Amino acid sequence: MADIKQLARDGLWDNNVVTGQILAMCPTMAVTATATNGLGMGLATTAVLVASNMLVAALRNFIPSEVRIPIFVVLIASLVTLVDMAINAWLHDLYKVLGLFIALIVVNCAILGRAEAFASKAPVLDSALDGLFMGLGFTLSLTVIGGIREILGSGTLFSQAHLLLGPAFSFLEIQFPSAGSGALLMILPPGGFLVLGGLLAGKRLIDARAARQRDVGAAPAPSAA
Amino acid sequence: MPPSLTLLDRLRPSLGFQAGTLAISVAAATLALSVAYTHTKEPIAQALSADTLASLAQVLPQGSYDNDVGADTLAAQRNGKPIVVHLARRGGAVTGVVLELAERGYSGDIGLVVGIQRDGRVSGVRVTRHTETPGLGDKIEKAKTDWVLDFNGKSLADPTPERWGVKKDSGVFDQFAGATITPRAVVKGVKGALDLYATHRDLWLASPPPR
Repeated sequence: MADIKQLARDGLWDNNVVTGQILAMCPTMAVTATATNGLGMGLATTAVLVASNMLVAALRNFIPSEVRIPIFVVLIASLVTLVDMAINAWLHDLYKVLGLFIALIVVNCAILGRAEAFASKAPVLDSALDGLFMGLGFTLSLTVIGGIREILGSGTLFSQAHLLLGPAFSFLEIQFPSAGSGALLMILPPGGFLVLGGLLAGKRLIDARAARQRDVGAAPAPSAA
Repeated sequence: MPPSLTLLDRLRPSLGFQAGTLAISVAAATLALSVAYTHTKEPIAQALSADTLASLAQVLPQGSYDNDVGADTLAAQRNGKPIVVHLARRGGAVTGVVLELAERGYSGDIGLVVGIQRDGRVSGVRVTRHTETPGLGDKIEKAKTDWVLDFNGKSLADPTPERWGVKKDSGVFDQFAGATITPRAVVKGVKGALDLYATHRDLWLASPPPR
């Protein structure tokens, strides 16, 4: 049993799919014009990531390493397609909101990345937890990017959240009255790159400061001589 | 270590085992997908036709029809592309039509259903599918804003043809901040539906109910 704290720290911060591994850039840029879209993509990906990690971990002893990549691709693509068809058939209202995201998950290399880097070497439960925390970290990054772009670009936050999460979550929807129509650039693709760049720089700054403090704390205090 | 694992360890490097594993994985995936497809095909088709029926009901005045509007259709053409015309009837007489058509938007086609009353006035417009920019062009969806309701009651005479456009083109319909092409396309699509109705009015209104 791996250390849950370590798995959580890895997924949410150190090795975050977007800001740590710089993976899954295509869906990240495509859906983060609003915080709600980022959240929807993140949650759908989390569900698929947990399922695919568990499946790969359960089968890991049978899969020869020479053909593991094609087998992972087949497993993940089939899993996503099954989820897509099931939601379309039996949860059609949810599909109208999430359908766009589910199709994008097939090409999300973060899922193949976790299968290869973690689930193919770890027990089922650990892999499920890794998938959960990696997915939540992805969700967090997408929601933050979406939120920043939405506030600057449209002057709103979590608009249309009730369509994704149900009417009970309408309270999340904020309209900033003074913002007017906002800076159009932030909603268009370049805005995604600007916010992502800012986010990456911010994470490096925080990590560098933390590392400096650790060094100062661990090393003996500099002598006056 | 359990004996099955050692057997696996011996088998794993052999080419036959590798090829076999790959073949079994693909076969299993294919089987799972075909089973899932046959089980979900019917519910998905039902859900889609329910969607179409729901949007048809939204663009027709309540109680203006008693027939199965989804099935009572004619084929027509617009700019060389086939479109579907639904007929709304009460007591067999046509009270209105609904045109399903697509108009090229900012990125890809915008699917529209346009309800037109017998007298040529628009009874309702809904966008059924689109891939416009989220946060900008998607304000044409009824779920997001009430913009499409502006078409209700409009006809080819009101506003006059040169005013059938967005405000930027000195028309009467609002555009959105940062998105002009999307609402312009919707206005063009609705106007096109009205033009088609004006051309084929007599033929469509006289068409007999399906048996």
